[in-house]
Order: sequence, then structure tokens, then C-alpha cells
Amino acid sequence: MLTAIINLSYLVGALAFVWGLRRLSSPDTAKEGNRLAGIGMGIAIVATLVAPSGGGDGNYAWIAVSLVIGTGIGWRAAKKVAMTDMPQLVSVFNGLGGACAVALAGLELGQVANGMKETSTSSLAILLTTLLIGGVAFTGSILAYLKLDGKVKDEKIILPQHSGINMIFLLGLVVFAAYLGWSSGNISWLTIGMFTVLTLVYGLSFVAPIGGADMPVVISLLNSFSGLSAAAAGMIYDNQIMLVGGILVGASGTILTVLMCNAMNRSLLNVLIGGFGGTAAASKAATGDQNIREVGLADLAIQLYYSDKVMVVPGYGLAVAQAQKAVKELDELLENNGVEVKYGIHPVAGRMPGHMNVLLAEVDIPYSKLLDLEEANEELKTTDVVLVVGANDVVNPSAEDDPGSSIYGMPVLQVWNAKHVVVLKRSMSPGYAGIENPLFFHAKNKMLFGDAKASLQALVAEVKAQ
Amino acid sequence: MDIAQLVAFVDEHLLMFYLLLFTIILGFEIIAKVPTVLHTPLMSGANAISGIVIVGGILLVKQAAATDLFMLIGGSLAIVFGMINVIGGFVVTDRMLEMFKKKTK
Repeated sequence: MLTAIINLSYLVGALAFVWGLRRLSSPDTAKEGNRLAGIGMGIAIVATLVAPSGGGDGNYAWIAVSLVIGTGIGWRAAKKVAMTDMPQLVSVFNGLGGACAVALAGLELGQVANGMKETSTSSLAILLTTLLIGGVAFTGSILAYLKLDGKVKDEKIILPQHSGINMIFLLGLVVFAAYLGWSSGNISWLTIGMFTVLTLVYGLSFVAPIGGADMPVVISLLNSFSGLSAAAAGMIYDNQIMLVGGILVGASGTILTVLMCNAMNRSLLNVLIGGFGGTAAASKAATGDQNIREVGLADLAIQLYYSDKVMVVPGYGLAVAQAQKAVKELDELLENNGVEVKYGIHPVAGRMPGHMNVLLAEVDIPYSKLLDLEEANEELKTTDVVLVVGANDVVNPSAEDDPGSSIYGMPVLQVWNAKHVVVLKRSMSPGYAGIENPLFFHAKNKMLFGDAKASLQALVAEVKAQ
Repeated sequence: MDIAQLVAFVDEHLLMFYLLLFTIILGFEIIAKVPTVLHTPLMSGANAISGIVIVGGILLVKQAAATDLFMLIGGSLAIVFGMINVIGGFVVTDRMLEMFKKKTK
């Protein structure tokens, strides 16, 4: 009877995941959806706690303490983080999910090594798969976090021929896994340890060459990996809710990843082996001395104040400078004077899918003002002034006219079609992806140097003075 | 491994494989048309759901012997990791969606 109730609880939990995810994908119901999925998780955890312990000792004290510690850390981290640091935090959470799968698979394999469990080749294959996918999700996410946080610079960790090395590395891991899975006689603490370490190193090596505008893609991909590792772990325990939850995440993560690749007009394979950053600065970089024109604050304020239509193109720099409030202030001032203010949102602007939408939502900028790539490009033709705030690669004309550029072919916001462009930027250094941007030298463009937030606040003051 | 063994394995877990296939299709169908605004919360919410792997951690610790310190410590660590993923993921998603909500009023 108890087992039946537990199984039914898992069913309810799985339904809550499916329904919750469905509601999460529509703006009006998203919040409920998230809570519903959370309730599903609660049901799954409670059901697992009351389930018979299958010959073990229960060890409830250990479980309770671990649950409390995990809850405390997770709660604190999620409540305290600044909205701008969201991508990093989500990466870390994702990595921990992967770490959990790695620990499980490692310990179960340890049981096999100790001769405490008889295991078929198929079960071994599942354990090794869990370890491999979970391991990549774990260390890959941690490296992604370090990159996002600026603690690790792309160019320092890319080896020559890195994608080739990665392919050979992965092949080697698969061969090693096949050897281990061949018979449980090949499983020992030494071989498991080696496999685990190699897997974790592979996770780092997998993410190392990916950077720049590809970061949202890789984050979404790693998210789907951690789902898949949870699903594989579900196969170990013959547990349906782990399978359902994991696969849902794996499938949704894959879809998101593909959507973003499409937005950049590239295939996933191309993103994974493309190697942004390293090969970048080639081609048109060295066209010699070109003129950069700076704009004065007062001039810009007047220009904005008397425009009909202004578009803001935000990028990661907006998040770094925490300039979203200043943008909102400027927006209100201009709107009060009858200026139409819109926002051009590139699908891969920022470091996480939909990153800019979250930031602008934080300061109550209505959805209706946010234009996606095609709408924005249409609108740009009749726009008077474009303010590029902390964006770089997504407004780079090289993507359209320089076949040698590593972002050639990526659809970009054609800000140069507007009457005037002003780029707010800290200095002349190339963007995150390390690619020169000819826009800065464009005849229509002027630069406003300085921290985005400080510049915008100064601009707000100037506009007020009008 | 030989083919016969693999077929036998699939047959033995046939329902799991049905579930696997249908869930993949379901996952694709649910997500296929998501507006860009929701990409981040959706990913973050999905990330929290992937914390379901914690169930495995709980099972592992429950099934361990009370004297097997290695399994207990390892398993507890897995539970802590999983729980951070679960709680942190849902709470942070809630925070994000809270910002969307106040605006629609």
C-alpha cells in the first residue's frame, strides 16, 4: 500500500513538472508555473523520504541535515544575488546539479568496485553515462561561471587546435567508458577515479574555447546536460520522476539552444567548434588610422530631446554598469517630451538567453517597447538616434560585409541605418569576443566614453536642464 | 556488450523506454514556442527541475548501512548539492518573475 501511494505521488509530481513547465512558457502564467513545478519537487522529495529504505538503515539524520544545509545555502544565494549577477548564479546552480549526479554515479560505481553489487553491462553503461554527462555539466558550468564573472579570460585557456583536442579527448573518454563497461571486473577504485578526473577535466576543456556571443548558447546547452544526467541517474534507480524531470529539462534546454543558434544563423556544431575570440582579431582589424568622433553630453542631450524616435540597444555592458535605472529615467524624460523610445533586443545580447529582457523588466520598462531583431531593424530605418549601451558584437557591421570576420553571417542590429548612432563605451578595447567593430569608425557614429551608468546619469541631468 | 543483452535490457525496462520517448516529445512540444522575454526564467526554472537528481541522493543515503561512513558522507554531499540547485533555482526564478509581474499591472 505504501509503495502504491509513493508511486502515485511520483505521478502527481511528474504531472506538476509538465504542467508547471507549460505554464512557465507563457508570460501571464509563468509565476504560477514555477511554483507548481516547485510543489512537484516537494512532493517528489517527501515521497522519497517516506519510501521504504530497501534494506538500508534509513540514516534520516544525515538526510535531514543535508537537506537543511542545502536549503539554507540555496535560499541565501538566490535571495541575495543582484539581478545583474543572475547568469553566474544560474550557472553555479546548474553545476551543482551536475555535481550531484557525478557523486551518485561515482558512489554506485564504488559499490560495484567493492563487489557489493552485481551489475549488468547495461547498468554499468548507464552509470558511466551519468558520470560523463553530469561531469561535463558540473565543471563546464563552473568554468562558464568563472568566465561570466570575468575571473577567467578566454584567450588564456584556449589551446591551439582546441576543438580537435576536444574531439580526441571525448573519443578517448568513450573508449575508456566502453572498456570499463565491458565487465564489472574492469571496475576498480583506481579506474573509476581516473575516469571521473578525466571527465571533469573534459568538462573544462569543452567550455574553454567557447566564449563571447556564444556564452548564452553554451549555458543553455549545459542546462540541458544537467537534465540529461538527472534522467540517466533516474535509469539507475528505475525512478520515473527523475526520468521525466530530467528529460523535460534536457529537451527544453536543447530547444532553447537550437533557437539561439538559429538566431545567430549558425549550427550548434559550429558554435561548439567555432572557437570565438581566439581566431578573431584577423581580417579587417588593421585598416590603419581611422577617425573616432566623440560627442559632447550637452549636444547629445539636445539631439535626443528634439528627436521623434530614439532606440536603445542594450548589451552586457548595461548589466555590468547596472545602468538599467538610468536608462529608465532617460526613457521617462524623453517620453514626457513626446519622444518615442524603443529598445532593440538582439537574441544573444547579454550572457544568458533573454538576459536583457530581465534587466529591463527589473526597472518596469513595458514589454511593448522591446523589439526583437526583425522588428528593430525595420524600425531603425526611421529612427533618429540610436544609443548603443554596452553592446558591441550585436551591432557589428562586419557580420554583414566582412567574410573574414568570425561573426560573419550572424544577423545583427543594423543601427547604421538610423540617422545618428551614439555608442556608450568605457574605452576603445574590443568587445567580449575580442572582435574589432568598424561601427565605431562609421560616419554616422559618435562615441560617448565612460562608465555606462555615469554617462547616462550625466545625460539625464543634461536632458532635465533642457 | 552484445545485441541480445541490450534487447533484453530494453525489454526488461520497456515502460521506462516508453516514458523516455514520450517525455522527449512532450518536452519539445511544451517549449517550442516561447517568447524571448521568458527565455531566462524558463531556463532557470528548468534548471531547478533538473535538481530532481536529489531524489537519487536521498535513495542512496537511505539504502546505505549506518556504518558505511564513506557512502553517508558522499551521499550527503550529493543531497546538499542537489538541494542548493532545487531551492536556489526555484527561488531565483520566482524573483525574476516577480519583476515581470509588477509591470503588467
